[in-house]
Amino acid sequence: MPLTDADVARLARLARLDLSGEQAQRTLGQLNAVLGLIEQLQAVDTRGVEPMTHPTDMALRLRPDEVTEPDGRERYQQGAPAVEQGLYLVPRVIE
Amino acid sequence: MQWEVVIGLETHAQLATRSKIFSGASTAFGAAPNTQASPVDLALPGVLPVMNRAAVECAIRLGLAVGAQVAPRSVFARKNYFYPDLPKGYQISQYEIPVVAGGSLDITWEEGGEPRSRTVRLTRAHLEEDAGKSLHEDFHGMSGIDLNRAGTPLLEIVSEPDMRSSREAVAYARALHALVIWLGICDGNMQEGSFRCDANVSVRPLGQQAFGTRCEIKNLNSFRFLERAIDFEVRRQIELIEDGGTVVQETRLYDPDRDETRSMRSKEDAQDYRYFPDPDLPPLVIAPDWVAAVRAAMPELPQALRARFQAELGLSAYDAGGLAASRQLAAWFERALAALAALLPPTDAAARQAQAKLLANWLLTDMAAALNRDGIEIDAAPVSPALLARLCARILDNTVSGKIARELFAALWLTPGAPDDAVDREIDARGLRQISDTSELEAMVDAVLAAHPKSVEEFRAGKDKAFNALVGQVMKASRGKANPQAVNDLLRKRLAG
Amino acid sequence: MSRLHDLTVAELRAGLDQRRFSATDLARAFLDRIQASTLNAFIDVRPELTLAQAAQADARLAAGERGPLLGIPVAHKDIFVTEGWRSTAASRMLADYVSPFDATVVARLREAGAVCLGKTNCDEFAMGSSNENSHFGAVRNPWDPQAIPGGSSGGSAAAVAARLAPLATGTDTGGSVRQPASMCGITGIKPTYGRVSRFGMIAFASSLDQGGAMGGSAADCALLLSAMAGFDPRDATSIERPAEDFGRDFGGSLQGLRIGLPQEFFGEGLADDVRAPVQAALQVLRDLGAVTVPVSLPRTALAIPAYYVIAPAEASSNLSRFDGVRYGHRTTGHTDLASLYARSRAEGFGPEVQRRILVGTYVLSHGYYDAYYLQAQKLRRLIADDFTAAFGEVDLIAGPVSPTVAWNLGERSDDPVRNYLADIFTLPASLAGLPGLSMPAGFGAGGRPVGLQLIGRVFDEARLLAVADRFQQATDWHARRPAGAA
Repeated sequence: MPLTDADVARLARLARLDLSGEQAQRTLGQLNAVLGLIEQLQAVDTRGVEPMTHPTDMALRLRPDEVTEPDGRERYQQGAPAVEQGLYLVPRVIE
Repeated sequence: MQWEVVIGLETHAQLATRSKIFSGASTAFGAAPNTQASPVDLALPGVLPVMNRAAVECAIRLGLAVGAQVAPRSVFARKNYFYPDLPKGYQISQYEIPVVAGGSLDITWEEGGEPRSRTVRLTRAHLEEDAGKSLHEDFHGMSGIDLNRAGTPLLEIVSEPDMRSSREAVAYARALHALVIWLGICDGNMQEGSFRCDANVSVRPLGQQAFGTRCEIKNLNSFRFLERAIDFEVRRQIELIEDGGTVVQETRLYDPDRDETRSMRSKEDAQDYRYFPDPDLPPLVIAPDWVAAVRAAMPELPQALRARFQAELGLSAYDAGGLAASRQLAAWFERALAALAALLPPTDAAARQAQAKLLANWLLTDMAAALNRDGIEIDAAPVSPALLARLCARILDNTVSGKIARELFAALWLTPGAPDDAVDREIDARGLRQISDTSELEAMVDAVLAAHPKSVEEFRAGKDKAFNALVGQVMKASRGKANPQAVNDLLRKRLAG
Repeated sequence: MSRLHDLTVAELRAGLDQRRFSATDLARAFLDRIQASTLNAFIDVRPELTLAQAAQADARLAAGERGPLLGIPVAHKDIFVTEGWRSTAASRMLADYVSPFDATVVARLREAGAVCLGKTNCDEFAMGSSNENSHFGAVRNPWDPQAIPGGSSGGSAAAVAARLAPLATGTDTGGSVRQPASMCGITGIKPTYGRVSRFGMIAFASSLDQGGAMGGSAADCALLLSAMAGFDPRDATSIERPAEDFGRDFGGSLQGLRIGLPQEFFGEGLADDVRAPVQAALQVLRDLGAVTVPVSLPRTALAIPAYYVIAPAEASSNLSRFDGVRYGHRTTGHTDLASLYARSRAEGFGPEVQRRILVGTYVLSHGYYDAYYLQAQKLRRLIADDFTAAFGEVDLIAGPVSPTVAWNLGERSDDPVRNYLADIFTLPASLAGLPGLSMPAGFGAGGRPVGLQLIGRVFDEARLLAVADRFQQATDWHARRPAGAA
């Protein structure tokens, strides 16, 4: 069944996307069109089929436990929006 | 109404690796903010995770130690949520197929003076990455984010809801804490957050099968807080229900200052983690020969050690458990026992067990107290295994009494690095050698009898207390050096005469 | 001497080695063309950096060093991060972002002596097939300024077609190398998944993303791909295989080569002005000795829903790191943490990216995971199995790249579904992780280029390129130049 405004609002909240009213409206229509397209999946019988997560069936490669990364704070924080005393600043986190 | 408490623990153990789980950044504690945050830890555009072999090995060690299944194939998944200390917007963890499944941990504790024990079942243990830290001290109304800890390898060890009291939960946490340190996979430093517990707590009417609604208390980083938080939460839930309310499943935070738990609503809002297998990380495959290699390199485990101490040395479960509390203590004990056996080769099993029992007593009482008082570890004790062995040897061969031995121990404690023969030199220097020589003792006994005719009369009149008084007088006259047993025998002989 | 920008990479190589011109001459010539171009193919060009690299290449040449790409200019799709040049993914989110490190592909090419011309325009985070989803504006098709260049590697394709660069890197998640190559009349190859390191490729859909090579011919692409590909310990999905010369099979005969033609690729969905050139190209291959065999890829149509579940799902998670905290766009209009996130992301991401994030969030969300994401992954397996079955009978598979020639700019914006349907012929190979190539096969309506797609078994890139090279020896479609580049 098609998505409602409430569904889109929930998804937008989960995805941390601030959708303005009219944009949410347009998005709702487009999302339902896209969902209509992917609905076709349901028709296929896939009982007993192993899901394919990776295109190649390789095993995880493990690296040796070595410290290889020097301190690069200076460079890594060059483009940071808000930094103080080496910390990234965000609006107060409430717990 | 009688309530039953049901507790399960989720424990996060920071694994003792040099580098992070998915990057080559250092895991050392206490560096300046963000100086140990590499591009991978910062989730800069284009970076990819690469798994640390040592973290996997730690998981295998734990799995083998608790008799669990080490999964031949396990899967890393993404747990999606937004939080400033989570740079990627998802945590790489294991969800459907963890690296370790099942297993159990034997625990012992006391409840109202009664010794209790239980085998707590483990659900699973899985590898995941730690998050960074949000520093709340005020940056003009902002929080500061330090990502040094982001990507530190964690092993989350999940128990079944098998525990029935806060003390039992603490016993489990302590046993697990001791085990991960024993295995060398975690430094166990709770102040630095290397070992933290989340407690799932619920209550149900005694006898009821179905579980009550549980609350999860997050991030308990001390055994005391763990016990206090559970006790508070249990009271809260019982009062709530008895007042006709119902418990809401939620995440709660323990506030040590107020000694209470409170709801963490900020993390609750419409939570939907959207787990899915991480496409950047193929399945973790652990070959049987790797597991075999790790097993071959495992230290003797506390359980096996306790069993051996009881079977071979005839130690009580309590003593064996005490000695097996840490790998260092157990090793120290075995070194001292060997030294003692060298000094006084045991003639039979009974003699061997007597030596073990005496050493165990000393380690778990006087030694433990002294270590505790000075706040040092066993390996830093000023009294060496050889010295303690020598001291016990002198007790066993009746050179000194236990009382004198304590004085000697106190003296030795103050002279670190004393040579092995220091015990004997001290005994001679202070003339503490116990008097078992009969002629010498007879003289003292006769003197005491002559000096206390009243006590003698009272004894003959049937007052046993008088006898003890006379023994005391003789010991006093010998300045504690008389062999008490010998004094007893002599007095009885004389008074009978 | 013909103009530098007309030369093939082999000719440029010879010219450099014989000192007929320098790497600096080359870099200048292409920088001038980029400067003069109105296609909007580039997002960031920094002549001083390019010329510095060219000078280094000249020094290495002077020192007697030789190498296939030493001194050869290359443009990088702005999905690969680069030190020096901005790395924007064509998004407002990263409009001013400069990476502290180079992508592995960029580093490998730099070490090979290739000279970076700058960063090419593309669809935002590689999401699109028209290159209209770019914060930096649409790219024009060199063959017709009214037409889209295709996408998402539209800037790279247009740059090569207009000879603003002899070679360009691209990335292909669902056809983003092959489709623009087809629409711009150049050659482009997406290798087997895992061949080219994804380290430093700004992630769209991690289980599908794969770097590719774009050039004027199969021979040029072989040179570029040989330098790009290879094992990278920083990418856990990188395949451990020794480096390969993808041009090693050139010069062989097509005698007896079995080419499968999936009936599903030639249905009524295929426009006549595409069908005709594709059929003609297949006839050329038959004339060269190949045998065409009808095969079936029965789940071809289902590749669209499967892809548009899997790719957005992975993207919704991959793009969560863009939160305005450590880098990238940060809104000025936030009141608290929640609004910092929601506004920074709403302002930083374009509409198509936001749509895909929402779709991906939906298909992964509680209660829908099994019905959508898991089902799509099972379908992905079945689609891969279809290829395995087909490759039991044939050596490679051929067909169209896109059902139509390039459409007009603005014609389909705001109609996502219509755009998605146009990916039908490129998605199956992407889902199966197979190598795919597009080569010029003629022209359709309005003189807009048409490409022929070749799909191979895993690790069969050398064969695909050899077949394409043989075809290009017998035809001159790949040598045609749009008016602007003539």
